[in-house]
Amino acid sequence: MSTLDSTREFFRRDQVWPFLAPEQAAVNVDNQVILYVEGLNLSFDGFKALNNLNLYVNDGELRCLIGANGAGKTTLMDVITGKTQCDSGTVFFGQNHNLLNKDEAEIAQLGIGRKFQKPTVFEEQTVFDNLELSLKTDKRVLPTLFSRLTPTQIDHIDEVLKTIGLAKHRFMLAGALSHGQKQWLEIGMLLVAEPRLLLIDEPVAGMTAQETERTAELLTSLAGERTVIVVEHDMEFVRSIARTVTVLHQGSVLAEGTMDQIQSNKDVIEVYLGEEAAAGEQA
Amino acid sequence: MTRLTAWFSEGRSTGKHTLPFVVILLSVTILASAANLFLPADSIFYVSTYTITLLGKYLCYAMLALAVDIIWGYCGILSLGHGAFFALGGYAMGMYLMRQIGDRGVYGNPLLPDFMVFLDWKELPWFWLGMDQFWFAMLMAVLVPGLLAFVFGWLAFRSRVTGVYLSIMTQALTYALLLAFFRNEMGFGGNNGLTDFKEILGFNLQADSTRVALFLITAILLAVIFVVSQKILSSRLGKVVLAIRDSESRSRFIGYRTDRYKVWLFVYSAVIAGIAGALYVPQVGIINPGEFSPINSIEMVIWVAVGGRGTLIGAVIGALLVNYAKTRFTAIMPDAWLFALGAMFVLVTLYLPKGLMGLYGQLKAKRNTVMNKESQA
Repeated sequence: MSTLDSTREFFRRDQVWPFLAPEQAAVNVDNQVILYVEGLNLSFDGFKALNNLNLYVNDGELRCLIGANGAGKTTLMDVITGKTQCDSGTVFFGQNHNLLNKDEAEIAQLGIGRKFQKPTVFEEQTVFDNLELSLKTDKRVLPTLFSRLTPTQIDHIDEVLKTIGLAKHRFMLAGALSHGQKQWLEIGMLLVAEPRLLLIDEPVAGMTAQETERTAELLTSLAGERTVIVVEHDMEFVRSIARTVTVLHQGSVLAEGTMDQIQSNKDVIEVYLGEEAAAGEQA
Repeated sequence: MTRLTAWFSEGRSTGKHTLPFVVILLSVTILASAANLFLPADSIFYVSTYTITLLGKYLCYAMLALAVDIIWGYCGILSLGHGAFFALGGYAMGMYLMRQIGDRGVYGNPLLPDFMVFLDWKELPWFWLGMDQFWFAMLMAVLVPGLLAFVFGWLAFRSRVTGVYLSIMTQALTYALLLAFFRNEMGFGGNNGLTDFKEILGFNLQADSTRVALFLITAILLAVIFVVSQKILSSRLGKVVLAIRDSESRSRFIGYRTDRYKVWLFVYSAVIAGIAGALYVPQVGIINPGEFSPINSIEMVIWVAVGGRGTLIGAVIGALLVNYAKTRFTAIMPDAWLFALGAMFVLVTLYLPKGLMGLYGQLKAKRNTVMNKESQA
């Protein structure tokens, strides 16, 4: 009887065997929250890079992360994108994707795009190829070998090229671009992949005032449709784009709120703006 | 507009050397073969059988260089153990040729190769079974290197071993195989290897026509592998491979499982090396553990460096030139060859980082700018 039961259990018609279930289930954002980071701890040789860090980011939000050097901003991004393993804690993308048991490639395929502090593009390949490589497609080995660009994809790349202002340079080697253009190309590589969540590390470092302005416009236009998390040191820039700002300090969240709230927060003034505020009082 | 972009992004310059290369390779091969077979030996256009065999050997080396270039020039994986895959392919062919000898060996044993009779073995080891079938031996010539590359690559690339560490491991791999194949108990003829071959598929290996046929087959396979590799490397997979070479972590962050790409490319490269080895043995007439020696594998890297890594044509040219130089040099001053090889490597690394193909590209660019200036003036 028990054999029959277990056989029935095995062949239940209302369930799919786990290995047959589609891997890439849609990201569940029923609770409006797209990224849950809870109780994250990570230490390097005794130095606590992340210390019981909790962070929730809503779907479609534009969030700025600020904090002094070593506050754990980049480390947090490393953990979210699978580059670094954390000691304890949970990171969920939507309600149903545990990011901690996935590798970088899987996380990227889920729709989390990342831009690095230092622009990293494929310098030996053309701007167009850089974008083609980043397209949201089947990225397994064989499908990649036999893939061809569809007209829709080409149009999509053209569109992104226009957005990032590199339409004239499409067949130029990415290595020949200026620093600012490389930053833009990297942002373009994110856009062309149509991610749900973008993690952007210091997007305006080394950009001219004009380029910075355009970047701010682009990022604010992205929010709503996509979720954007920006790490930036440039306070002017943060002020120009931020709706919600999270301040990290020594690996945990110190304060969260609008820019005005943050600037009047006592703890923040003490640890982050301390010197600036002190200087202001003296003046 | 969009169609134009599609055309550009698919046919961009990558394959511009392919057609001339295939045409030149095949016409030279056919002319040389015809000159050997149909001209009298006293004609000035006669090509001796020795030369034919030598050219066939060079073409095998060119194929091997292609394999090294695919993995090193395009994917940045410096393998110092490709000789292992070459030799394994060679041994598979050698085992087949050994079993073709039959009872014509010195000891006249219909089943056992001479060295086994000498070692007083009574029956054929299991891994020699089936090697009397040509198709099976050829399957092994491709499968064994491929499988070894798969296991090695899977272990190494999954644990993200890169750079010098990987090179040292590949070197250790070929050295370990060298030591293993030296042992008589292994059943591969030990120190002496496999030799004294008589015929392949019933054709006498010493006959001119067989030699020419082997040479032709080598050239055709080289052309086929060249075209297929070119096709693969100019597909999107090729772009991913270049991306992995230039920034592996970035490729991971845009969603490519770089370890899988590396494993499959490594397997592809090892299979080519195996085919090259299988073609090499009947033309040279011997395979011994010396082919596993680390210095051989390093020499292959030098061929590619001289020709220009990252261009398939460069690998072929490098292999042909360096081996021609080796043939000439070892005839004049045998002891000095290794010094010359070392000097060549140092000079190329210092002054021609992109090899001869890089030099060609520079000269062409220079001529173009001069011509542009003249036309403006």
